[in-house]
Amino acid sequence: MSPSIPLQEMIRAIRSARTQCEERGVIQRECAAIRAQFRQADNGARSHNLAKLLYVHMLGYPAHFGQMECVRMIASPRYSEKRVGYLGAMMLLDEKQDASLLITNSIKNDLSHSNQYVQSLALCTLACMGSAEMCRDLAPEIDRLLRASNSYIKKKAALCAVHIVRKVHELGELFAPAARSLLTEKNHGVLHGAVVLITELCERNPEALERFRKTVPDLVQIMKGLVISGYSPEHDVAGISDPFLQVRILRLLRILGRHSETASDAMNDLLAQVATNTDSTKTVGNAVLYETVLTVLDIKSESGLRVLAVNILGRFLLNNDRNIRYIAMMSLQKIVGTDHNAVQRHRGTIVDCLKDHDASVKRRALELSLALVSASNIRSMMKELLLFLSSCPPELRAQTASGIFNAAERYAPSQRWHIDTILHVLTTAGGDVRDETVPNLIQLITNTSELHCYTVHKLYRALLTDISQQPLVQVACWCIGEYGDLLLKGECQETEPAQVTEDDVLDSLETVLQSHMSAPATRGFALTATMKLSTRITDNVDRIRSIVSIYGSCIDVELQQRAVEYNALFKKYDHMRAAVLERMPVIEKNSLGQTNGESAVEAIKAVQPATVKQGEPPLPLQPANQVCDLLDLLGGSEEPLQPSSVQSGTASGLPINNSSTAGGDLLDLLGGFEPTPAAPAPAVTVYEKDGVNLTLLCEKHSDSGLTVTLTASNSNDSDISSFTLQAAVPKSVQLHMKAPSGDFLPARGAAKVTQMVVLNNPNKVNLKMRVRISYTSQGSACQDTVQIDSFPGL
Amino acid sequence: MRFLLLFSRQGKMRLQKWFMPLTEREKKKVMRDMMMLVLARPPRSSNFLQWRDLKIVYKRYASLYFCAALEEHDNELLALEVLHRYVELLDKYFGNVCELDIIFNFEKAYFILDEFLMGGEVLETSKIAVGVSMEEADTLQEVQYKLSKTFGHWSFSHYSRSCCVISRRWRST
Repeated sequence: MSPSIPLQEMIRAIRSARTQCEERGVIQRECAAIRAQFRQADNGARSHNLAKLLYVHMLGYPAHFGQMECVRMIASPRYSEKRVGYLGAMMLLDEKQDASLLITNSIKNDLSHSNQYVQSLALCTLACMGSAEMCRDLAPEIDRLLRASNSYIKKKAALCAVHIVRKVHELGELFAPAARSLLTEKNHGVLHGAVVLITELCERNPEALERFRKTVPDLVQIMKGLVISGYSPEHDVAGISDPFLQVRILRLLRILGRHSETASDAMNDLLAQVATNTDSTKTVGNAVLYETVLTVLDIKSESGLRVLAVNILGRFLLNNDRNIRYIAMMSLQKIVGTDHNAVQRHRGTIVDCLKDHDASVKRRALELSLALVSASNIRSMMKELLLFLSSCPPELRAQTASGIFNAAERYAPSQRWHIDTILHVLTTAGGDVRDETVPNLIQLITNTSELHCYTVHKLYRALLTDISQQPLVQVACWCIGEYGDLLLKGECQETEPAQVTEDDVLDSLETVLQSHMSAPATRGFALTATMKLSTRITDNVDRIRSIVSIYGSCIDVELQQRAVEYNALFKKYDHMRAAVLERMPVIEKNSLGQTNGESAVEAIKAVQPATVKQGEPPLPLQPANQVCDLLDLLGGSEEPLQPSSVQSGTASGLPINNSSTAGGDLLDLLGGFEPTPAAPAPAVTVYEKDGVNLTLLCEKHSDSGLTVTLTASNSNDSDISSFTLQAAVPKSVQLHMKAPSGDFLPARGAAKVTQMVVLNNPNKVNLKMRVRISYTSQGSACQDTVQIDSFPGL
Repeated sequence: MRFLLLFSRQGKMRLQKWFMPLTEREKKKVMRDMMMLVLARPPRSSNFLQWRDLKIVYKRYASLYFCAALEEHDNELLALEVLHRYVELLDKYFGNVCELDIIFNFEKAYFILDEFLMGGEVLETSKIAVGVSMEEADTLQEVQYKLSKTFGHWSFSHYSRSCCVISRRWRST
């Protein structure tokens, strides 16, 4: 085996290796030699070999076989070997390794060594990788060193104590008295260590914090000394005397003054002095100013000082140095909640920073800008934000888009502006928006009925230009399906009307259907929109029919299912098509969250408080109820899509038109109910007592099936609550009670409660029904039973 | 401070000091991430980055990147000063330091770092004091070498830039 080469030569050999393979070869040879050397007895080259091993380790190669050697070297009496051994321990061992416990004893011995450099090695290693047990073992030693040694050791012991406190919180108590006394030292290193230690103790323990508040005057004194003192070559950095110590003292003052009026008062003058006198031309001065500003804003400072601090931040914002601007924005972010007006004054500069080239600065500017949006500046801010969105780096897009949506939702000055903004975002960054944007936008559009024409025109134009942004295409398809007739009418107040023909519209929808860029959900939207247009256009219904039938054999199961159902609508249920595909009613926010499977009860309850928007048929709707009916009719198909498409699919809500000719048939088919007084079908009164009136209406919907509608009203002067109906039928008859429309009967017949009961009489027995009525009136509960033997209309 | 890394533009690690316990694997991942983040930055960007929950401060000196990770409450501008101070200390010790010095005398770079920082905090704020301690420690080492020389052991001396490599070996006869 070739003799091992000295460290420098090995390094040179590794560096001159031309390929990775060569390098690995050299390193493997060396490691083998080192391993052999380790196995031999003490041969004086140990530190040398270990140093080589450490170099190899730094390059990324495994070096765990050196761990035991480190332990041995640390125990050696020679300083050179100890030095490298401790370095190896810090690099190769950490508290998770078992070997680290073995050095505890060596460290303990070295802590009491006569030579301070040996002591310092031990302290350094303990502070670097000391585990909790080691810390517990050696804490008393450290405390001893904190009190009685020279300043070189004291400063190291202080930082070692910091590490111990971080690892084992309870030991903080042990060091508190020593820390207090260290504040009287003159040596800056010791002072610095003491301040760090006290900071650590105060952060962890509120009692310690209370006790150390008494040190505020001393700290102020020390700080004043640093600020006023003349030039000291040892500690000076660009005109600032010992900035490291200054910053640490400021940080400690921040912690001490945080919730205490008295402490904050004591430091007011000092902070004002530092803030005004510190030279801010160099980074180091700015570092001190920055810490001062953070302290002022965190403690209970007087308002003049706060204004001074915010002004300093404002000055930072205008600084040419990017670092300073970044820092300023980070600090402003912290106070934007509390000192909102002060930060608003700098809004212009912050918005300018959006255009900076640096990615970090951009990110900070974006967060701060979003926090500064308010009702008064929404228009100008949104302009800037939209501009930013078109040019921002991709990683910030999603955040920007969602921030814009939130801001638009909270402060939109007008509906049209809101819709415009969302459309703008969708066209610029459609791929990065969240999923719930589409249903939210659809709901927004439905609710602004006066802008339907405008919206559909805009969306149609957007669709013509670009069909790659999925959310936009989905919304556009939905709109064209809903409001296609407005598009074709060719007149619009808000924007220039487009001269489109029915073929154009159908062309655009077909393009979406066939494009490879469209996601499956988008194609679903497009197909449904095409279908809806069959009721809104007059000439090209055949074309629609053919499109729909083509997709009846589509590979995509979802599209196929839809197409088949729509085909059915064309063929078997053509008379229903108009009503099924009528305009959507206003979507209530809570009903959007429902899917088909949910119980009708919840749906009814949710729609109960629905207020009727102008322009829609003035009837309270129970879409989920009809959903169930319709599902029964069409074979119970499940639509596992987004709620909005559920609504727009086959199971769309049914506003019942009193005057429509299809209405009568519809009622027959779906057992439609009329909660308003003008019910077209004859109803028979089956119960009348104590002002409670119950009428019955029944419709046959199949050979053995029958739907009975019970309507209750209250002619008393007092309201009736908790009104429930229970029904019983002969054994062979199947009964299904739907959810009642409510349980409250206001006085004097102001409103009625309706209950639908579906009966199935396969054996055609004589139909009888017993109904139990229970309610609470004027505080007392009442109950009654009525038997119904004859059903009119049967 | 959580860790301090020095690496070259080519992605070679020259010094790594960890102030928090991590496994080897985690360390490797962190180093890779740091190099990727820092080396990708355009020339005139700001020196601060956000990475996970840490603030990364980096500064380029000639061919070396000095990269430090700070906690939430640390002062970034001061960290820049800390990095600068470390470079000054290296410069004072090696005399016009360059990357080669740090490569061939990496253990000295570590020793100087250990005199300046400990447990992630600044240990000594005076430039002069650090230099003095290093000198005295080196002298102690030399003295011990000279003593051991008479007993015939391998010895080791540090590389000085002004002359070529001197490695003295004494073999016991």
